[in-house]
Amino acid sequence: MSDIDPKHLIHTRIWQEEPEPDNPFAARAAFCRGYDVFGEMVGKARWVEMLFLLFRDELPETATLDMLEALSVALANPGPRDPSIHAAMCGGVAGSTAAASLIAALSVGAGRYGGARDVFDAMAAWGICGTDLASWQAHVAGAPADPADIWPRGEHPPGFDTYGISTATTVSQLLSKLALIGKTSCLTWLDGHRQQLEQVVGLPLAISGVAAAAFADLGFTPKEGEMLYLLLRLPGAAAHALEQGEYGYKRFPFYALDLEDDPTRKDAA
Amino acid sequence: MKGRGPELLREHVGRLKTRMGACYPGSHAVFRGHDLHVELRGMDWIELYIFGITGRRFSPEQIELLHAIWVYTSYPDARLWNNRIAALAGNVRSSANLGIAAALAVSEATVYGGQAGCRAMEFFLRARVELEKGVNLETLVLQEACKRRIYGYGRPINSSDERIPWLMALARRLGLDQGQHVKLAFDVERVLLTRYPQLRINYAALHAALIADLGLSMREYQLLRIPTFLAGMPPGLIEAADKPEGSLFPTPCDGVAYEGIEKRQWRR
Repeated sequence: MSDIDPKHLIHTRIWQEEPEPDNPFAARAAFCRGYDVFGEMVGKARWVEMLFLLFRDELPETATLDMLEALSVALANPGPRDPSIHAAMCGGVAGSTAAASLIAALSVGAGRYGGARDVFDAMAAWGICGTDLASWQAHVAGAPADPADIWPRGEHPPGFDTYGISTATTVSQLLSKLALIGKTSCLTWLDGHRQQLEQVVGLPLAISGVAAAAFADLGFTPKEGEMLYLLLRLPGAAAHALEQGEYGYKRFPFYALDLEDDPTRKDAA
Repeated sequence: MKGRGPELLREHVGRLKTRMGACYPGSHAVFRGHDLHVELRGMDWIELYIFGITGRRFSPEQIELLHAIWVYTSYPDARLWNNRIAALAGNVRSSANLGIAAALAVSEATVYGGQAGCRAMEFFLRARVELEKGVNLETLVLQEACKRRIYGYGRPINSSDERIPWLMALARRLGLDQGQHVKLAFDVERVLLTRYPQLRINYAALHAALIADLGLSMREYQLLRIPTFLAGMPPGLIEAADKPEGSLFPTPCDGVAYEGIEKRQWRR
């Protein structure tokens, strides 16, 4: 029986630890959703199984987990052109701390333009529109903006590429592959109706849109999808931050500047 | 497709176009059209901060009020959720900068802090427009309270907010207590209390109303309020860093109440 004040307890449905007999702060065993993590899961469970169990009581079919694993591979590195990786590299190149580089990637990768909030918004759209083209058309035309939202107003239909002309091959490859692996409803429909949907929206699908459909098929809520998108894109941020630290700031772009309100020029005029 | 296409991106490759400023190492720095060292070096830091956000200048009384808003809510209590992060960082021997940055990031919360403040301000700005159209205040407030929560009223731990009399006393001394939004904030409280006795005005509402009276938009307010709790964070971090490592809020195994699925065999 615990002698801890009940008001000071941390409540969880995810994790249970049993203490060593000689030390209440050392775990003899740890259980995730009832499974013995160190006694049984380590060495037998896949990383995506652990990941999924952290969010849900029960594991899905193997094909669904395969789809999550494939998506994780695709999201692991957005590449150095992506703003979130650019941010992480700004940390790495100047010798900032490891955590700071990842915080940079998370903060910049959180936004509505291609970031985790884009995935959140796109998943909300999936919840409203599902596999009905007419609903997508209506949603794109009149999605209301919350004026009190701390996130700035979105400037494009979530999950689509603001500046795209046609669907990037990487995006269509990922969509087809995930649909083939998972055989889940949103992905299958999206793969079959991508061109019609893009016609309705007026923009090509983006990778965030594929991720949103996949997360929806995995049964995740928009908040969960947002978290997972942040999490799964971090490995690339770490690697690129470290790599730029090796190259050094002299080989990292600093860019040209056009200062349009320069007091020295005012004086000259 | 009718998208914008990549032309706009092409135009911006490799170049920053800005009206906000630049540094010229070895020479000078420009801040919103002014030479920082020649023209702005005597500025109070908060005055410079709000100038950076708005591009506008504020009176000495308004700047004094901004200082006070932040001083009066600088609570070095390491149990508070945001401060606790800074303190935990200190106690696990993380970097102070990381601890404070994370504590500031979570201060944009819904129950308190950034999101609550922004939502309170958005309501005041919207309510002012509605009232000018002739909408009845009581109807407006009670309808809003039914539809969604009105932020800035009520408080998680104690409904009475000890900061408010101090801040209002200063606002009165500075002649800044009669603004339309401050009056509205207290009028909203009066209406809410008729139906919800626990919904007394809290600091988020008064903070937002005073800033709205300075003419800031909600987006400007979101930026202005970032350092609001900053001064209360380092003391807890410093003390936690002086304690033995890992000794801040240590949790024994029975400090966690597990409420999930019973133990089961891994079968996969």
